[in-house]
Formats: sequence, C-alpha cells, structure tokens
Amino acid sequence: MTAVAQPREITAPRTTSRFSRGLGRVGVHAGVVILMAIWLIPTIGLLVNSFRPAQDVASSGWWNGLFPPYNLSLDNYAAVLSEQGIGDAFVNSLFITIPSVIIPILVAAFAAYAFSWMSFPGRNLLFVAVVGLLVVPLQTTFIPILRLYSGISVHFGPLNFDTLNGEFLAVWLAHTGYGLPFAIYLLRNYMGGLPREVFESAAIDGASPVVAFLRLALPMSVPAIAALVIFQFLFVWNDLLVALVYIGSTNAANSPLTISIANLVTSLGGNWQLLGAAAFLSMALPLAVFAALQRYFVRGITGGAVKG
Amino acid sequence: MDRMGFRHKALVLPAAMALLFAACSSNQSPGASGGGGLSGQTVKIIATWTGDEQKAFLQMVAPWEKQTGAKVSYTGTRDINTILATGVATGVLPDLAGLPGPGQMNEYAKAGALKTLDNVIDLPTYKSETAKVLVDLGTTTDGKIGGVFIKSAIKGLIWFSPTLHDYSSSPPKTWDELKSQATANKGSAQAIWCLGVESGAASGWPGTDWIEDFVLRQSGPQAYNDWTAGKIKFSDPKIKQAWQAFGDVAANSFGGSSTINATAFQTAGDPLFKSPPGCEFLHQASFITGLGAFKAKKSGTDYNFFPFPDIDPQYAGAVEGAGDLFGMFHDTEAAKSLMKYLVTAPAQDVWVKIGGALSANKNATSYPDDISKRSAALLQNAKIFAFDASDLMPNVLQNAFLKGIVDYIKTPSSLDQILTTLDAAQASAQPQGSPAAASPSPSPSPSS
Amino acid sequence: MDPRIGTALTVLIGVPAVLIGYIYLTEIVLRALPERYKPRARPWLWLLPALAFLFVFLIYPTIGTFIRSFRNADDTDFIGLSNFQKFVSSDTTLIALRNNILWVIFLTVFCVGIGLLIAVLVDRVRYESWAKGVIFLPLAISAVAASVIWKFMFDYQPPGEPQTGTMNAFIGLFGISPVPWLQIDTFALNTFALIGVMAWMWTGFAMVIISASLKSISAELLEAARVDGANEWQVFRRIVFPLLLPTIAVVSTTMIITALKAFDIVYTMTGGNFNTDVIANLMYKQISFGDFGFASAIAVVLLIAIVPIMGVNIRRFQAQEAIR
Repeated sequence: MTAVAQPREITAPRTTSRFSRGLGRVGVHAGVVILMAIWLIPTIGLLVNSFRPAQDVASSGWWNGLFPPYNLSLDNYAAVLSEQGIGDAFVNSLFITIPSVIIPILVAAFAAYAFSWMSFPGRNLLFVAVVGLLVVPLQTTFIPILRLYSGISVHFGPLNFDTLNGEFLAVWLAHTGYGLPFAIYLLRNYMGGLPREVFESAAIDGASPVVAFLRLALPMSVPAIAALVIFQFLFVWNDLLVALVYIGSTNAANSPLTISIANLVTSLGGNWQLLGAAAFLSMALPLAVFAALQRYFVRGITGGAVKG
Repeated sequence: MDRMGFRHKALVLPAAMALLFAACSSNQSPGASGGGGLSGQTVKIIATWTGDEQKAFLQMVAPWEKQTGAKVSYTGTRDINTILATGVATGVLPDLAGLPGPGQMNEYAKAGALKTLDNVIDLPTYKSETAKVLVDLGTTTDGKIGGVFIKSAIKGLIWFSPTLHDYSSSPPKTWDELKSQATANKGSAQAIWCLGVESGAASGWPGTDWIEDFVLRQSGPQAYNDWTAGKIKFSDPKIKQAWQAFGDVAANSFGGSSTINATAFQTAGDPLFKSPPGCEFLHQASFITGLGAFKAKKSGTDYNFFPFPDIDPQYAGAVEGAGDLFGMFHDTEAAKSLMKYLVTAPAQDVWVKIGGALSANKNATSYPDDISKRSAALLQNAKIFAFDASDLMPNVLQNAFLKGIVDYIKTPSSLDQILTTLDAAQASAQPQGSPAAASPSPSPSPSS
Repeated sequence: MDPRIGTALTVLIGVPAVLIGYIYLTEIVLRALPERYKPRARPWLWLLPALAFLFVFLIYPTIGTFIRSFRNADDTDFIGLSNFQKFVSSDTTLIALRNNILWVIFLTVFCVGIGLLIAVLVDRVRYESWAKGVIFLPLAISAVAASVIWKFMFDYQPPGEPQTGTMNAFIGLFGISPVPWLQIDTFALNTFALIGVMAWMWTGFAMVIISASLKSISAELLEAARVDGANEWQVFRRIVFPLLLPTIAVVSTTMIITALKAFDIVYTMTGGNFNTDVIANLMYKQISFGDFGFASAIAVVLLIAIVPIMGVNIRRFQAQEAIR
C-alpha cells in the first residue's frame, strides 16, 4: 500500500493548485459524473433484472424492480451456482487464464524490448507485419492448428497425452499466439518511449541487456504491462470459441466457465434470465483484477524508476 | 439448427426418476454387446442441447452408464456448425454428435468422417419402431444409416387461451373456418394473431414454419417436397400464395410489423394472457410450453392448442415435424454400445417422461401430460408427415429464407423482389441436375 | 494426488520459470559467440519465441487462407478469382462494406475521443479509480451478456403498451412514440445503434491505455508549464496531447482493426438483418455454411484493408526513432 500512498501525497497539493488556475472543478465533476451515469445505466438494468423472475423481466422494464412490489430474489444466482460442475469450470477457467496471460506478455516483452532497443535490419517492417497480424480472423486459424495439435503426442514425465487437443496447454499456446500482436504493439510503443539515457547509462555501467531488461525496462513499463494483464485476462476469461474448439469438443472435463454459462440457456433460449446473474458472477474476477492493478496506473512509477 | 431442438416444462420429480431407473434396468440391458468390458471408457459427445435439455439427455444416458460402467463426457453448444465443420476438416471430432441436418450428414459421410450405423444398431427393430420419413432422412445417399433421431417435435400447433374462447371441444376444421371463428370470437382481443420472429442470428424462423404449413396444406406433399429439393421456385404461384397467406396473418398480428420483427419468438405468445388479450392465437411448435409466459401458466386451463386446420381437403391430415439427428464419428466399442442404446424405446422414454420431447421411437410413450400426449398422437396418426423444409435446405438457402421472412414482414409490398432474390439463392444452392439437389430425401410420405 | 495440484504448480511456477530461464539462456548462448556477432544475433534470440508463436498460430494459417481463397467450397479445385468476384458482385457485400466504413470511422473516433476525455478528466478527481472502473465495467462483460443488456435497452413494444426498453420508456416520458431502434435503416440508424453498443464496451479499453500513458508524463514538466503561465487548455494542447500522440495512434490502430473485425454484436443482436451486416459476419456465416473458400476470400479482403493503416504506422515509428 505504501507504493500507492507515496505518489498520491505528491500529487495531492498539485491538484488543488491546478484547479484554481483553469478548468472549473464543477465542470470536471459534472462531466465525469454524467459519463459515469450513461455508462452505468445499461449495466444497472441488467443487475436489477438479474434479481427479478423471468416473467417480470419480459413484461415490465427493469426500473419497476426498484419500486414496490419489488419482487426481487436471489433465485437466479442460486440457480447458476447450483449448476452441476460450475465449481470445476471456475477452476478450469483459472488454469486456462493465468498462463494464457503470463506467457504472451513475457514473450511480447522480450520482443518489444528487441524492437525498441536493439537495432537490426528490417526492424520496422517486421514490426509492422507483426501488428498487421491483429486483423487475422481467429476462425481462419482453427483448422490448421487443430490438424497440428492432433499430430502432437507426448509421453514424458508429467506430460502425457496422445493429442494436444483437449489439453490446457493447447489453449495456452493458442491464446499466446493470438494475444501476441497486440501485446507486442502496446509494449513496443511504451518501451520505445522510455528515455534513451537510462539504457545508455546502464550499458556504460556494464549491465547486460538481460539485466537492463529485467531491472529497468520491465519495471518502468509497469503501467503498460498492467493494462495488458487486464485486457489479456479479460479476453481469455470471456473467450468461448477458442476454448470450445481446442478443448470443449474433445475433453468436456477441462471446459471453462464460459461454456458452462452458455449451457445454462436451452438451445431455444429458455432460462435466458440466468444469463444476467451468470454475467455478474463471471465478471467479478476480471473486475477484481482491474481493481488490483489500478494502483499501477499512478503518476510517478516511471519517474521513480528513472531516478532510482 | 438450434431450433430443431425443443423443450417443455421440465418436470424433474425424484419419485418419477426412481421409477424410471427401475424400469430401465429391468426391461432392457443396454450395451449387451460390450457388457462390463466398457467399464472406465468414455464416450465424448457434442450436441446443441443445453440447459434443461442437457440435463434431460444426461439422465437419458445415466442408465447406460450405470449398466456398462462407461462414462459420457458431454459438451452442449450452439456453435455446433462451426465445431463440426472444422472437426470434419481436421479429424478432431467427438465420438458421437448431434448433426445439424440431413444435408450436413451426407457431407460428413462423403468426407469419410461419419461412420455408418448399419452394423451398430438393431436395424430391423429400429426400422419397425421409427417413422419411415425419419429413417429415410437418416439414410445417406449411398443407402446406409448415417444418423438416427433421438427425439422429434411437432410444428405448427395453434395455441389459444380458453379464457377468451374455448376451442377444445370443436376446433376449426379448415383455414376458412378458423378465420371466420376468429372474427366471431374476437371479443376484446386486439388482434387475431400473436407473432414474433426475433431470434438473434436465426431471426425469421417462425415465419418459415408458417410458410411451410401453408405450402403443405395448400399445395400438398409433392409440391412441398419439390420446393424443398429446389425443383419448384420460390416465385412459383404455389409457393407465392403461401407467402401471401402468411402476409395476411402478419397484417392481422398484434402490434404490426415493427413489433413482429422486434419480438423474440419465446415471448411472442405472452399477449395471449394479457387483459384485455393482445391476440387470440399463437402459431408455434410444441416446445413453446416451456418458454415465455407459458412456462408459468397451467396447460388446459390457461392455454390449449388445436392442430393447424386443413386448407385443401385432398391434403387433409398433414402435419409438419422436426427432429434431432444424431451420428457417430468414432466407432469405439463404448460409442457403439451407447448408440445402440439411444435408439431404443426405453432410452427415449426417459426424455419423454421428463417432458420436453416427443419420442422418435413409436414405442416410447410415457408422456407426462395431456398436451404432449396429444402432440405425440398427432404425429403418430398424421396422414401426411413432412419434415421442416427450411431445415432440409442447404444452409445458404435457409439463411436467405430467414432473411426473406424478416424483409417481407418489414416491407410486405416487396414480396416479388424478395422471391426473386430467393430464386437466385435457390438456383445457386440447389442447381438442378447435380447430385447435391437430389441428396436430401425429405419425401413427405404417408406415415406408416 | 489430485492432478489439478500438478496443473496448479505448472501454472504458477513452471510457466514463469521457463520463460525467465529462456532469456538468461540467450546470454549463455551469446557468450559462446565471438564479440562482433553478439549484437547481430541477440535481437533474433529475443524475438525467437514471439516469432515462433506468431508463425505457427497466425502466419502459417494465413498462408493457408490465401491459398484457400482461390479454391472452391469443397476444396477440390482452384477457381481463380471467383470467390473475390462473388464478393464484389453481391449487394449484401456492398452494404456490409458501407457499414464497415461507418464502423471504422465512428467506433474509432468515439472510443478514442471519449476514452481520451475520460482519461484526462478523471486524472483530476479523487474518485478516479471508481470512475475508471465504471467505464471499464462493460469490457468485462461477455458479448452474449452485452447483447442481453442492450436488448433491454432497445426493446420495443407497440405504441400504447407499457414499454420495457429503457430507451423507449425514456423517450416516452416526452410523449414520443416508441422507436424500433434496430430495424430503422434510414441514415443507418440501426448500424449506429450497434456501433453505440460496441463503443459502450470498448471505450474503457481506450481509456485504460491512454490513462496508463498519461501517468508516464512527468508531473514536473506540467508544473513547469503552469508556472510559465500556461492555462489548462494550453497545457493539454501543447504538452499532454503531443506526448500522448503515439499512444493515441496505437489505440486508434487497434480500434480500427476491432471495427473491421466487428462481429459478435451484429451477430447476436440483428444477425445482419435490416441492412446492418458487416464483413466479419459475412465471413462467419460462410464458415458455418462450410464454404471455407469464400470465407477465406473475405478474410483476405480484411487483410488487404489494413495495409494502408500499417503504412501509416511505419512512418510514425520512423518519426519516433528520429526524435528520441
């Protein structure tokens, strides 16, 4: 917590003086509050409806749940939580998500550092080609990757499988591939903006690139890394299609939460009112990650690292 | 197609379940071929059934699991088209799967991915217990059984609220009778029909059911069959008059065209129960009783149905149905044993008893309530049984058909233009003279 | 032992250890090389894992996509440019193209503009974390749940009936009759409604990245400008905005590509009906029809569409290197 408190102390007095000069305090507050309200209304609608029975939701607007007779209950949440195997699915989602966040960000950090601070021929062209891969529709990659995975059979120590399809490893690798272009793009942009002197003086002090990377580039890029962790976590956590293709179709036991949630609703859309409750339950963890990483979006981290 | 599935009020009564387990273990021995040798094996299955349907299916396989000691690993998903299309291309497939339709079944069989069931199931028993049209639909172009139906549904029932007027004792016999009675008994209802076609990416499908019901009863099974196979154009007068009849229904529907296109099919019937009622009738398959306002209402007192009335007397007694096709991709001993079990009457009776399904097997008859009993009887006794035409059309055409419905509801005056577009889609999807056009054999035929 | 404990250990210790181990390993490998080869070999060793992943998961499949785009639906024959011809000759594609242009322009401008505004505004309030959390929230919602939410927003009941949709209930307060938002294609209103849903989801994305970058601007620099008598607008216009420009370019590029690939909102909310179709939805439909040839051709069109955007990026990076 001290890490958070320190920069705040520095910024607080500055904030007051800043406001006395220009932009009216009221205007800023009004703007922020109005935008927050606009953004919140749809979500509040879903939140209120997630406590209402399906019949009420279909026949009257969500705001009716705020007035008597409220007719609110936890039934929808109870139904979702009592779904068979939902606990296992949650654990599976964690197993899928954590490495699918760590691997691409570290791999992207190596690449971004090379793109930013090492010179080699064709650097910009290669970099832009990497970013261009962002546009590749994931659906076009499924067939070749599935074929590739089917041919991979490993029996070595803890690794023991005839085909990669259905294994957690299959999704870790796939999400790494899919997540890399954006991760490299963002980190390259951030690392490339770090002051040149820092790396030059480190080199003069005899620090190897590995040391410069681990001790300087990585800590100084913490805000960008925090942003990436948040996004990659979200995408993987909410992903249905990739998990379905590489895991769901051959090994239901490893299926993540998204598949369980989609399965709450019947093929004709019966029980769709459970989706609201399920959405809030499944949102809790990504929001916690976001809240936890907020502390890294604080002015002073970069500055401190440069000085230190 | 997700809409081939259907569900009902799920009545999961512990006592009933206990009985059913007892019944199953006593009068049949699933997996007789494998016996105890399957213990510890797993059968991987993908199908579109999710939610209550998934639970019902898992209960259906439970007795088999208990008998053999093998396990079912099931994934339900609505992305089944993508999963199977990529699966067939790569060989990464489950052991058993729900198939999107007979067209795809033929493609998968041609690609060598789908295994024939000829040597797996008890063929004579299967054929004697299953309607001929369903057996035919599960037969691939080379004459082998490629898929079997686990359950079926009846389409085009007309639902009403007895509070407004009770039609159960003397339902209208003909379409004209229905129209005149609707006018006579309208009372405080705002419109004759309730109609809602919104269904996400599949929006429009309730309209296709309407048109199919009209074609079948106006022009008969032969025209229906030819149209399904691409031999009759959409702009043909026989098909066009069905669209016009549907247009008349839409024009007399609650709220008008914006409402029809904006209303989800699940809640389309809700205005039946309003006071004063929004409409007199809802046209929908048997599964509506598990959806929308129907779910909380009581069958018989709050709502009831009568069959779609005849139009041309020479085609009297026609019924449209649909069903869920199931096939095998890996012929492991466990998969074969399960497949053999699934087509039997005791297996299908499990789902029938839970509710939400009509059996594909004639000998599975433990229907839990009056509505499903009557639906099943209608299906059994149909003089002419036709399978949902849009489900038999190639995907591309089916998609164009759905879009045509939505566009027609929005702009009824553009019918000719819509039909011309559909003719073009039909010509490219079902070129006449090519084997593709002949592959599905929907043959609405007198049911045996 | 529960196999999940093994998985958990792999996840938490094994994976990071392998990756950090790799980068130390590169130095050991480089030590074996003569001094003058080191700077030349090093970047490639650092890039190797990324390039390997990219090759296997994106490049290699894309080569297949290119080849497939010239083949027929059954993958039995080369058919030249027929798939592309089919693409340009259909009315639905032209509408989808028009819609994608609207998506690219308005989604990008909206998300980046509002994202920037919020990032700058919340930098000045004590409840910054809360405000950002609120804007970020929709991104944490899956596409399916988002479409449920917006069905509640856009819901339509016939005039005279109680409105269940938030928007129609709201305009009803002013005596305006209900509007079927997703069906009205005059001035592409329904496409704008869908873009609005996507913008609601993705503004948080732009905001988080811009905010992260905003925090890296040194406070001393801003203070110095203020001491020199610059007002807040001038500080923003002359110092903050130029420093944020590279980040804004990154976010804009990403949003343009997101807009080009926009699919699930359209798929779940209108299914492409009422002239709201977009290219990625056309492609998805073709995949579910099993026509991978045509689907590949559409994917190739998307790849070609971003070439100019990438060109802009090259020039920008050259400029960035020139000044640092």
